[in-house]
Amino acid sequence: MDFFLGHYNYWIFIFLMMLGFYVVVARGNLVKKIIGLNIFQASVFLLYISIGKVLGGTAPIIIDGYGTDPVIYSNPLPHVLILTAIVVGVATTALGLSLVVRINEAYGTIEEDEISEMDREP
Amino acid sequence: MIAAHYPALQIALPLIAAPLCVLLRRGTWAWLVTVAVSWTALYVSVQLLLQVLASGPISYELGGWAAPWGIEYRVDSVNAFVLLIVSGISAISAPYAYKSVIHEIPEHQHYLFYSAYLLCLTGLLGIVITGDAFNVFVFLEISSLSSYVLISLGKDRKAVTAAYQYLVMGTIGATFFLIGVGLIYAMTGTLNMADIANRIDQVQNTRTVLAAFAFITVGLGLKLALFPLHLWLPNAYAYAPSVVTVFLAATATKVAIYTMLRFVFTLFGTDFALDVTLLAEFLMALALVGVFAASITAIFQNNIKRMLAYSSVAQVGYMMLGVSFFSVTGLTGGIVHLFNHAMMKGALFMALGAIFFRVGSVHIDRIRGLGKQMPFTMFAFVIGGLSLIGIPLTVGFISKWYLILAALERGWWPIAGLVLLSSLLAIVYVWRVVEVAYFRDPPTNHPKVTEAPLSLLVPTWILVLANIYFGVDTTLTVGVADTAAKVLLGLGQ
Repeated sequence: MDFFLGHYNYWIFIFLMMLGFYVVVARGNLVKKIIGLNIFQASVFLLYISIGKVLGGTAPIIIDGYGTDPVIYSNPLPHVLILTAIVVGVATTALGLSLVVRINEAYGTIEEDEISEMDREP
Repeated sequence: MIAAHYPALQIALPLIAAPLCVLLRRGTWAWLVTVAVSWTALYVSVQLLLQVLASGPISYELGGWAAPWGIEYRVDSVNAFVLLIVSGISAISAPYAYKSVIHEIPEHQHYLFYSAYLLCLTGLLGIVITGDAFNVFVFLEISSLSSYVLISLGKDRKAVTAAYQYLVMGTIGATFFLIGVGLIYAMTGTLNMADIANRIDQVQNTRTVLAAFAFITVGLGLKLALFPLHLWLPNAYAYAPSVVTVFLAATATKVAIYTMLRFVFTLFGTDFALDVTLLAEFLMALALVGVFAASITAIFQNNIKRMLAYSSVAQVGYMMLGVSFFSVTGLTGGIVHLFNHAMMKGALFMALGAIFFRVGSVHIDRIRGLGKQMPFTMFAFVIGGLSLIGIPLTVGFISKWYLILAALERGWWPIAGLVLLSSLLAIVYVWRVVEVAYFRDPPTNHPKVTEAPLSLLVPTWILVLANIYFGVDTTLTVGVADTAAKVLLGLGQ
């Protein structure tokens, strides 16, 4: 039981990852797919932040008076990495949505099955 | 002095040139910048390869931060060779782009096209040169995002849906890769590749490292279009603008394969991959099924670009087959095929781009009689096709030779037989095009076409002649690939 409760953030990560992945695979609406993709990417942020957390650790900021003491602090590197990944996620979502706009202009629909129906004609 | 900074220049030049193209706002100027940067990048990568061959691996500390903390650029004979492939293809396809882009892309988007092209080049070179696992992800996304844009610029509206499909699958692949890198970081506490390779031995029997291995191989499998994860590739290549297809077909999957090699061999180590996981068996089975399934699908395509795209999936199969032997000969075959396939597919897609330029279509019915009307273009296609099949005196033969040699070395002669058998399938789909182009009369209801302009023909023929040259004189390609294979297997520098 401790294993489940003690790692609850990892369980949320797995849940969100599978949820996002499911939406990408199962939904036919192109906008919903992008939203699913976004949830899928966001779940990874949670994984990285969880890795960086040290139990009982403080924020990794050097303040006078604390500087020389051996304070326990969370690992800041995963946070920095995830900042980059967030930027990538925003760029992917923006590009994906703008492609959906172009698809809507060209086909008049954003439903996957209707688009493949229109493409099937020679 | 400047020679010490070549690794940084390799990335910084195209990265700076990309926004410069946006500022210039003129298609022609942006094109000039692209050509200049591509050729400089080629010069730099040739210098890097010579340095590596002469005096061993180069380590470059970005911004002066020492290796495990700062980002390290590390060039050894494996990635120096891949850098040469990427920048060489870019240097040849940039001059080709001028007329092709004018023909296929609206004028107000030209400068944006070249900007995206340079960003894609930056990303691909960056993935290859970096020695930092997270940095690979960043460059992977730079190259992927710009290639989605490049693909969506195709004339057909299917290009946009192809780009969308690639975006979804590519992002899933990259995110899997990111999860894998995160898990490795959790176990080893470092992101520097050499550092990870040192520390991973102590934790290699944990489930977390196994999960990381699975996420990374599947994520990269999506990016390199390993059968059955190749679904994004045929449409993306078929509907992208001609230059984009040339550039991506010759570089993007190669770079993903390089990343796979780097992670499997250098980071996780050969012993881990062989003993703990079933990677070799999996890769061999998927590679062989992929070669046959994709080649057979290629035979039934009427859009020639789509046919060659399926053939690319099959060629990726050959490369992975070489890797799956886990021997020096097999890896040499796989790595040399990275180079050789870039040459043959570059030449073939360039010839198709020239056909599209004059005819306006690459449907098999529209190329009837082109053997007489566009003799130089079609003859380039024929030689590229012969190389794809693996006829002696072309580069294709060298690749197949090493693959068969590797199979026989292990005593697995059925696999050697399968490689030969699959070459017969290539004969079928190449012959379909040759037969239609040379032995059918040109259609009467379409205007007569003439030979493609020189700015398209010259780059095509440079690659065609490279196909023959490197098929005869293999000292450079096989020599470097052999060294690279030994480095990957840990048998030498």
